[in-house]
Order: sequence, then structure tokens, then C-alpha cells
Amino acid sequence: MKPARAVGIVGYGAYVPRPRVATRVIAAAWGKDDGARLPVQEKSVPAADEDTVTMAIEAARGAVARAGVDPGDIRAVWVGTESKPYAVKPSSTIVAEAIGATPWVSAADLEFACKAGSEAMQAALAFVGSGMADYAMGIGMDAAQSKPGDHLEFTAAAGGAAFLFGPADRALATVEASTSYVTDTPDFFRRQHMHYPEHGNRFTGEPAYFTHSRGATHGLLESLGRRAQDYRWAVFHQPNPKFMRRIATEMGFTEEQITPSAVVDRIGNTYSGASLLGLAAILDVAAAGDRIFFCSYGSGAGSDALSLTVTERLAAARDAAPAVRDYLDRRQAIQDYGEYLRVTRAIRLL
Amino acid sequence: MELPRHHRMRRTLYRLEGSACPSCAGRFFPPRQVCPACRKDGLRPFAFSGRGTLYSFTRVVQAPRGFGSLAPYAVGMVRLDEGPLITAPLTDVEGADLAIGTPVEMVTRKVKDATDHGYIVYGYKFRPLVRPGPA
Amino acid sequence: MREVAIIGVGQTDVGEHWDKSIRDLAVEAILAARRDAGVDRADALYVGNMLSGELAGQENLATLVADAAGLLPIEAFKIEAACASGGAALRGACLGVASGAHDYALVVGVEKMTDYLTDGVTAALATAADADYEAGFGVSFVALNALLMRRYMHDFKVRHEDFAPFSVNSHANAALNPRAMFRQPITAEDFIRSPVIADPINVLDSSGICDGAAALLVCAASEARGSRRPPVRIAASTCATDTVGLAERRDPLVWQSVADSARLAYDRAKVGPKDIDLFELHDAFTIVSALSLEACGFADRGSALKLAAEGRIARDGDIPVCTLGGLKGRGHPVGASGIYQAVEVVQQLRGEAGAAQVKGAKVGMAQSVGGSGSVAVTHILRI
Repeated sequence: MKPARAVGIVGYGAYVPRPRVATRVIAAAWGKDDGARLPVQEKSVPAADEDTVTMAIEAARGAVARAGVDPGDIRAVWVGTESKPYAVKPSSTIVAEAIGATPWVSAADLEFACKAGSEAMQAALAFVGSGMADYAMGIGMDAAQSKPGDHLEFTAAAGGAAFLFGPADRALATVEASTSYVTDTPDFFRRQHMHYPEHGNRFTGEPAYFTHSRGATHGLLESLGRRAQDYRWAVFHQPNPKFMRRIATEMGFTEEQITPSAVVDRIGNTYSGASLLGLAAILDVAAAGDRIFFCSYGSGAGSDALSLTVTERLAAARDAAPAVRDYLDRRQAIQDYGEYLRVTRAIRLL
Repeated sequence: MELPRHHRMRRTLYRLEGSACPSCAGRFFPPRQVCPACRKDGLRPFAFSGRGTLYSFTRVVQAPRGFGSLAPYAVGMVRLDEGPLITAPLTDVEGADLAIGTPVEMVTRKVKDATDHGYIVYGYKFRPLVRPGPA
Repeated sequence: MREVAIIGVGQTDVGEHWDKSIRDLAVEAILAARRDAGVDRADALYVGNMLSGELAGQENLATLVADAAGLLPIEAFKIEAACASGGAALRGACLGVASGAHDYALVVGVEKMTDYLTDGVTAALATAADADYEAGFGVSFVALNALLMRRYMHDFKVRHEDFAPFSVNSHANAALNPRAMFRQPITAEDFIRSPVIADPINVLDSSGICDGAAALLVCAASEARGSRRPPVRIAASTCATDTVGLAERRDPLVWQSVADSARLAYDRAKVGPKDIDLFELHDAFTIVSALSLEACGFADRGSALKLAAEGRIARDGDIPVCTLGGLKGRGHPVGASGIYQAVEVVQQLRGEAGAAQVKGAKVGMAQSVGGSGSVAVTHILRI
């Protein structure tokens, strides 16, 4: 799919919270420390005064700073998340208010498991691409909930990124085309009054993550007549370090192309924020002319793929906000499982 | 839940909006109608950058009702780059070395106990810089 | 404006009065003041109280007290100025009598705090601060004073333990006051080891939660000539304000409202700091003692701790403070404290302070401060 008007990412911002819990602390609490290999060493946890809204605000501010635009010119703020603080009451209006984009702005929260953020990006680039607006923002951010004792607890993390789309002649990276590949595939879900999601174990692999990531990647590459080697960088959804490397390899991308985007290795799976955070990490290091391939995945299920090209403008704009690595390097270790439960409000009074 | 009150304060809570006096060029936080320096009215909104240095700090152990779930928490006074002093909670300071003079920046965080019901109040807090050194 | 005199004083013990309600305490103090004066006259009732509405759900407090004390249909008002409510109520009574509106006025300061849990009392006390920009962020009263104390220590290169003499002095004097809440002296060592509440402030820096009521009968000085006890004249009654928000002060370490109120009082009474024989200052926290002494001209900026270290604030020093225990030792039932201070100055000037007597006291100063230095009420009394 190509927009009617040339568009690109004019600004981007990331956020990862400071507290980290070592996965061996989680394993020990559940008697799972029998030498089994843990998928990641530690994961990011929101501090007691953080949630998806506060994190989205910071990422959005970074995007506005890098774009250097008047926030009053932003016509949409769409937040994709599966951890909205309110079941009813948009997070996006709070973000829009906080960055100064109100009142002439569209706003809504989107849900599509881990690809809610890239859905928000699709909508934002289309809003600009249609000529309806000059600037629109898509954010993917999560403070992921996982059931204590479940194996997802080792990876469910917090963080994400915001992307401001605008005219291509102001962009840090232009959008060449996008594709979405979606089917009704129930690999992971949460009913309204459940605290924690259910997942289909191995069903989340081949029929879900791989089928859709493959579908979108194949679809976009074919429509553009491109191959993996035509790209300098690639970003895939990263629920764990293995899945993203398997799909990358299968699609012909090398470890070198995906390494800077592998945020999961450091902080776990940030769900709706994951592929966006990976893209932000690539933009932190990419050079003018670099092509970037992006493919998200969300349970339910589907993938959004984007083909991007970095412009001359990125190098100068980068320093206007912290890089992903600035947030990754800023960490505070949670000492034990009890503190982890307290900080994540998993302790409920009966 | 005082919804109208917090709504009324949103620009100050989210964007650190105070006042600027067109008569004497003073800048003030929080916002005011009458200039405390020259006593004239007609003050205009002014959004502070959020950058400043720590004037003082402390740690609240015995929290007032409505803040218990966040305790213990740090509180400080910050000398904003634009001049005024502001009292505000500090955040992201566990394990950090705080000192008078530490550069800090404004972030938006949950300000009160957020329970499963009820309105969530978001507002300004200050934290040590994510990126030390010049912006 | 005619001169005003105090002809009767009364007080309850300060403590945890599980068996007495707010009206019980107020009535006890009023009856004691009237008995002390030997006069039944009262044309108006001024009630100083800060927390009755917030804690007990009871406003219209002055009417309630007038009713309970058998004073109906007397004109009655509650005056609130945070922790300076007591001083402000006395200011109100002075205006009423000095102007000629009343010949006799009863003033009672009363506070009932111990019925409630600590987090509720902490939140209630924080209503003295800026609700939108201080209390609304969980910045408690202790936190505000802790911010000041840390900055003071940084600017003037003093240590936390250098504040000990204020607390030691208050407790030493309280031990000699049968009405005081805390009757045990403390040592500097006790002070240093006391648990932290909001660093650097610890338990022995701070006045505690308590109940109490104190009352005065004031009248036109011309009416006082035949009174039972020697009348004590109110040579000055002043009030000054500054910003509520601590961060909005010109200099948070200079309590301008205290300085302004004191300067006005010295002018009206035609005295200077060196003429003051005792000073019942508002020692809610040790840092406040230091800032008060500096703002009132007893010490230069940053030098108040030297005064304390040199023993000059003791009863036999040249500027005795908190001579019957102060807010720290006698107790700080917040809205009542300003009246306790006045009662104690009267006792000292009359020579009725017993073992805690300041010898030859002729001129005494009582100062009540509300919020973190946002309002100060100063009275200078002379016999």
C-alpha cells in the first residue's frame, strides 16, 4: 500500500522504565531455578508511579523534540497498547494534552495485542498520506501484565516508542510502502475482567507469529520487487530472542542487520512497544540512505510491514531526545521477588 | 475524585505552565492572576522548560492519606532554569546520589495513589537527567 | 484604639485526652480562665482552631463552644490561620476590645487531634500548605520543613546534631511544667539517635500529635484595674503574611512574615530584641526555632544555632525561649498553641511559673506561625 502523498517519520521518541528485575529472581521464587536456560537475563518493570500513559507521554515528547514541530499542528495521536490504565477513557487524550496537541486533534486508543502500536503507525501515516493532515502520531507502549508463575512472566516487560509522521520533505526516514497481513487466529487473548492473558503455548509459534510475520514480509518485499539484501537494517517483533532471529533468518536477513533492534535481549518483550522500540533503536544508528525493513506481529493475529529509507535529516535530529540505549543503560535492580510484586501491584488485599 | 479541579489544572500539571508578567518580565510558578513582583494583573501563560537544579530534597516516610502506596517517596525543591523555585515530588531516585545542585528534568507521572477504581491524577515530578551533559 | 489587658488565663493539660471531646476541652479552659480572672463578663468569644472541620466534620465551632460553655447568645467567631489560629484569635479579640466594640472578650484556642489515625492527621495538617501545589503532590508538612532544614545545613555548613540544643531546651523546660505533654528531659544523644521522619528531620525535631485547650479573658486596660491578678498589658498585637507556597518565597530561609510581624510589634511596643525577657516562639520543628530567632533579629542569618549552643536560649540566658516547654515539650495542639504561648508569657510575667520561672521577666513575646512561615502573629506583653 502506498500513500497518495509522500510521507515519512519526522520525529521519533522511545521510553524504557528504569527498574529491572533479573529473571533468575523470578525463577527462584517459583522453584524453577534448576539450571533451565532463561530466555532473557532481565526485564524492564514500570516504577510505582508509571503506567502506559506516563511512558507514552515521554516517548511522544521525544518524537516532538526530534521533529521540531509545533505540537498544535499534530492532528492525531493514536496509542496502541494492551495495558490501558482505563478500560474506558482514552490514554491518547492525556498524551495529546501533555504534548500540547489539543484541541484540534483526533485521538483514540487501539488494541491488537502486540501490533497495536504498528496499527497506530499505519493509521498515522495514512492520515498524513491522504492529505488530511500534515502531522499525525502513532505510539506503541505497554506495561505488560503476566500471570505470576507463568512462563511469560520471564519476558513480559515495559516500554515502547512514538512515531510522528509528516511530509516526506521533512522526514528523517521516508515511507516507501506498507502492508498488513491479518487473519482471525486466537493464539493469545484476555477477556475484559481477567487480569492476565491466556495463551496457546506452541500455537503461538508457527500458526501465529511465523505465519503472519512471513506473510507480511513476503507480501511487502514482493510488491516492491525487493529482497532482504536490499535493506541495511531489519526489525521484527521480538517476544523473545529466538523468534525474531528465526524469522529474520528464514526471510534472508542477517544477524548484523537486526542486532541493533534486538531490545528484547536487554529488557524482554515490551508487547505493543516491542517492534517500535526496535525501530527506534535502528534509527538511533542508521545513516542517510539506509533502507530499513520493519515487520511487527500482534496476536489475534497479524503483522504490519513497512519499508523505509533514512534521509539526510536524521543525523542532526537524533540528539534532540535520549536514544534507546540511554534508557537501556539507565537501570535500577529490583532486589527480590517481593519488591517486584509490590512495585507491579500484584499484591492484592483480600 | 475532584474531576473538575484536576481538569482545570491540566496545563500546569502536564506542561508546567505558570505565568509571565508583561509589565515586569517576571516569570512565576504556579500560575497567578496578580503579579507578585509588580502587583499588576494581565499575566499570561508561560510553559517552563522543565529543566533545573535541586535546591533541596527529602524523603517522606510517613505519607499523608492518599499517598500511602507510593511511600517512601522523595520530594524536592527545584530551581528552574528560568528562575522560579518549585516544590515537587522527585522520581527515579532509588539508588541515585542526590545532592543540592544535581541537574534535574520534569517528567509526567502518577501523582496520587492509583487504585483500581477512581480517577488517576498525572502531574509533574523531577528526576535526575537521563542523559547527563548538555542537551 | 485603647489598650488591651489580659486578666485571666486557663489551660488544660496537653496530652492524649481519650475521655475529652473538643467541646469538653474548650469549656474546661474557659471556666479556668474565668475563675482565674474572678470576672464573669464576656461580650464576645473568639475561638482559635485549625482542624475541627477537616478532622471532626465540625465547623461552626465558635457557636458550639459558646453553647457548651453557657455563653449564649454571645457573639462568637472561629478564627483560622493554620497553626497560627490561636495567635490570630487573640489578634481578633484585641481588635474587638481595642476598637471599643467589646469591653471583655474570651479567647480560647482548642484542638482535638488524637481521635484520628496518623495518615489522616498528616493530611489534615497539610491543609496549611498549598492544596494544589504542595499537599496535592503528597508534600507533607514535615517534608516542607525537612527541605528547609537540609538547605539551611548546606548553606550555613551546620550538622543535624547542631539543632539538638533547641529540643533539649524545650524538653528541659517542659519537665518543670505540670501541664506539659512531655515531662522527661532529653539529651543531645537522644536527639541524635531519634528515628527519622523525613530526613533530616527526626522525631525529636518535631512536635507531636496531641489535644489541648487554653483560654484568656481580655479586657480594656481601663477595666482591669480592679482585677484579681495583676493585669498583663498587650503592648503589641500584629499579623503579617507571605506566600503560602514555600517555593514562592523570595528566600525560603528568610521567614519574612515572621520578620514583618516582629518588626511591627517592636514598633508598636517601642521595644527592640534586647528588651525581650522571654520569647515563646513557634518551635514546631527545630529548624523553625532557628529561622524565627533570625527573622526576629535575635541572631544574624545562619547564626541562630550559635545562640542555642552557647546556652543563651536557656531560662537563665539572655533570650530564654520555650520557657514552659514550647510546642515541642509542652505540646502543639495546633490551633491552641498560640493561646498556650500567651498563657505562659502571662504566667512568667506574673511570677507564677514555679520551677520554670524566668527571673525578673517584665516583657514577653509570643509568636504563632501558620503554614511553613506563611503567616505570623506576634504579641508583646508587659507587666
